[in-house]
Amino acid sequence: MPFRTEPVTVNIGPQHPSTHGVFRLRVTFDGEIIQDLEPVFGYLHRGSEKLAEERTYTQVVTLTDRLDYVASMSNNLAYVLSVEKLAGVQPPERAMYIRVIAAELQRIASHLVATGFLLQDLGALGTPLMYCFREREKILDLFEMLCGARVTFSYMRIGGIFQDAPEEFWPNLRKFLDEMPHNIDDYESLLTGNEILLSRTKDVGVLNAETAIDSSITGPVLRATGVEWDLRKHDPYEIYDRVAFDIPLGTVSDNYDRFILRILEMRQSLSIVEQCVEQISDGPIRTEGVPNLVRPPIGDAYGHVEGPKGELGFYIVSDGGIAPYRLKIRSPSLINLTAMKDMLVGGKLADMIVTLGSIDINMGEVDR
Amino acid sequence: MGPITEANSFYSSLYEMFTGLKIAGVYIIPEWLAYFLAGFLMVFAIINTVVIITTVATWAERRLIGRFHNRLGPNRWGPFGLFTPVADAIKLLGKEDTRPEGVDSWVFNMAPIVFIVPTLLVFAVIPVGENTYVANLNIGLLFIVAVTTIGTLGMFMGGWASGNRFSLFGAMRAVASLISYEVPMVLSIVGIVLLTGSLSMVDVVEAQTIPFIFLQPLGFFIFFVAASAEMNRSPFDVVEAESEIIAGYHTEYSGMKWGTFQLGEFIAPFGVSAILTTMFLKGWEGPVLPSHLWFFIKVFFFWFILLWIRATLPRLRIDQIMAFAWKILFPLSVLNLFVTALEVLIWENPTITQLWTMAAINWAIALGSLVLLSRAGRSKISTRAVRFGRSEIVHDKSGKVN
Repeated sequence: MPFRTEPVTVNIGPQHPSTHGVFRLRVTFDGEIIQDLEPVFGYLHRGSEKLAEERTYTQVVTLTDRLDYVASMSNNLAYVLSVEKLAGVQPPERAMYIRVIAAELQRIASHLVATGFLLQDLGALGTPLMYCFREREKILDLFEMLCGARVTFSYMRIGGIFQDAPEEFWPNLRKFLDEMPHNIDDYESLLTGNEILLSRTKDVGVLNAETAIDSSITGPVLRATGVEWDLRKHDPYEIYDRVAFDIPLGTVSDNYDRFILRILEMRQSLSIVEQCVEQISDGPIRTEGVPNLVRPPIGDAYGHVEGPKGELGFYIVSDGGIAPYRLKIRSPSLINLTAMKDMLVGGKLADMIVTLGSIDINMGEVDR
Repeated sequence: MGPITEANSFYSSLYEMFTGLKIAGVYIIPEWLAYFLAGFLMVFAIINTVVIITTVATWAERRLIGRFHNRLGPNRWGPFGLFTPVADAIKLLGKEDTRPEGVDSWVFNMAPIVFIVPTLLVFAVIPVGENTYVANLNIGLLFIVAVTTIGTLGMFMGGWASGNRFSLFGAMRAVASLISYEVPMVLSIVGIVLLTGSLSMVDVVEAQTIPFIFLQPLGFFIFFVAASAEMNRSPFDVVEAESEIIAGYHTEYSGMKWGTFQLGEFIAPFGVSAILTTMFLKGWEGPVLPSHLWFFIKVFFFWFILLWIRATLPRLRIDQIMAFAWKILFPLSVLNLFVTALEVLIWENPTITQLWTMAAINWAIALGSLVLLSRAGRSKISTRAVRFGRSEIVHDKSGKVN
């Protein structure tokens, strides 16, 4: 007589060690195999978009820090770019270079967190995570020199940056740029050749390019499918058209591609920072005549950057007042999550956790 | 004296001490009571030594993992944080013992005990020094294999009775991996039994003219891997994979019941290291130093290797673990058994030279088979090339289009 079996529905989260915040997945399992999967968001909703309507344009910068809190510099940049587009402000050259340096360092920091937590999700008891965080600390030290904060920077302003980089920033940045390639080599020798990692990530969580484009997925997750799409190249903002860098592209679009792409992007970011340090010249860091109480003309604007997790965009509608009439955030974490079901049905429980780690979400950004 | 006590010097001296006690020329302790008291003291000493060493080892483990993590580890309580385990124990004892609704309370309460007793029972047959053991069972190895299996029953009871789906996942995984790994583990032990001609642990130690790690490299590898899989150490820790199923079978446990599970889990590597020491590294035997010290040095050596692996490797997936057991370890253990049997058939009473010849053959076979098997799996797990998008500079520094 055959046993009568039935699928079991499990709530992964909102309280779970590896949901990267308060994220909930309602999963139906047949044994260990995933039959159905539904992401449930909203546990970290703070109403950032509504709050922005009550703040002046400069004050909103502090709100953007709290979206993707491991990549605050990118959020700052995306927001000030949109407001500058709306108000027609052109930031001075030195400010643009420092912004790009900050954004690229932030990309490295964010990718380090992503890699570390991917390995944590793979079950590597914290060792790779701690090593990744060791390097991230150095980047945070650099940011602390820039703006005095380590997580919520609020460094960028409409028409420039809050203050020029101090004297000690440049030698420390130099030291970081000299050390970091060797550290990445270390990660590669520890991780990319590890057979357990390879067997756990290869051909797992495959996402095809059509689904990715249809779901409007961006960032490393999209580039892993082989689609060449990087806003720094295809819609250059700031000074990205003056630096040379490659866009690493995946071939199979599995977890391994997404993992290795982040490591390669870290190397590209280092080279961008290197070029920026060569090209930067002295000059003002704030546009003259931009008041703290910016009043952009009536209209709307959409500014976007290639954040560490994908296209981060701010759509701002102005009614001519001191606060945005409406602010809409296009957050890559949320949109990248939407294809999870396509990637995971038929896979195993353990694959689901690893895939979630390789998509690299941040709940602050998903729920806003 | 009973049959199990011959040559057990610790036991017999205790026994003689009790029987020899007399007040005013009258022996006050009857023979049966002395027999019991001596045994009780012996068991008491072994269990407490194991538990105390484990407690200190939790500190050592956390400190060492801290070093592996590039951080300090616990260093607040006492010198170098040595009192941390004491603080932990006090905290655990003072914690509320919660029990979720709808648990099968009988099974739920029994599970930690069922889990921890077998891990302690293992030490009954292990000679921890020259002539120092609780019992020299003539079926010692069989006893160990039989008893360690019961621990999985404890996990299953805990996972099933909790009524939690994560616990159930853990319990099912525990049973699945146990059934898979028991087979290669037992087969790897059979090689030792063939060489020794006995199942007694004391005989196993005394039969090692050269350590069996040289004679049974494949057996050592299989036993090491299978044992770490059975006690859920990384990379086989799917049973309580934290990032996947929270804490597996003991998700719903709290307070000292959880502590009991945890203690059992910390004792297990010592049990495995002790078995490995006895079977493959000549047990207590060694020059100059006292035999008990030699035993502990060797145990800590294996314990450290287990810790090292735990701190380094990511976790495998459950289906990969099962495939590894049946497709790689099982054939390897059969090969090992076959080769050892042939050798024992050819050299019935081997001299030292013949033993080293045996070792050379076995090492060649072990390395050859491992290399061949890893080659076979290589195509699936090689790294992959990545292509790059365009890289030209669109504008020069002055903003002019190139």
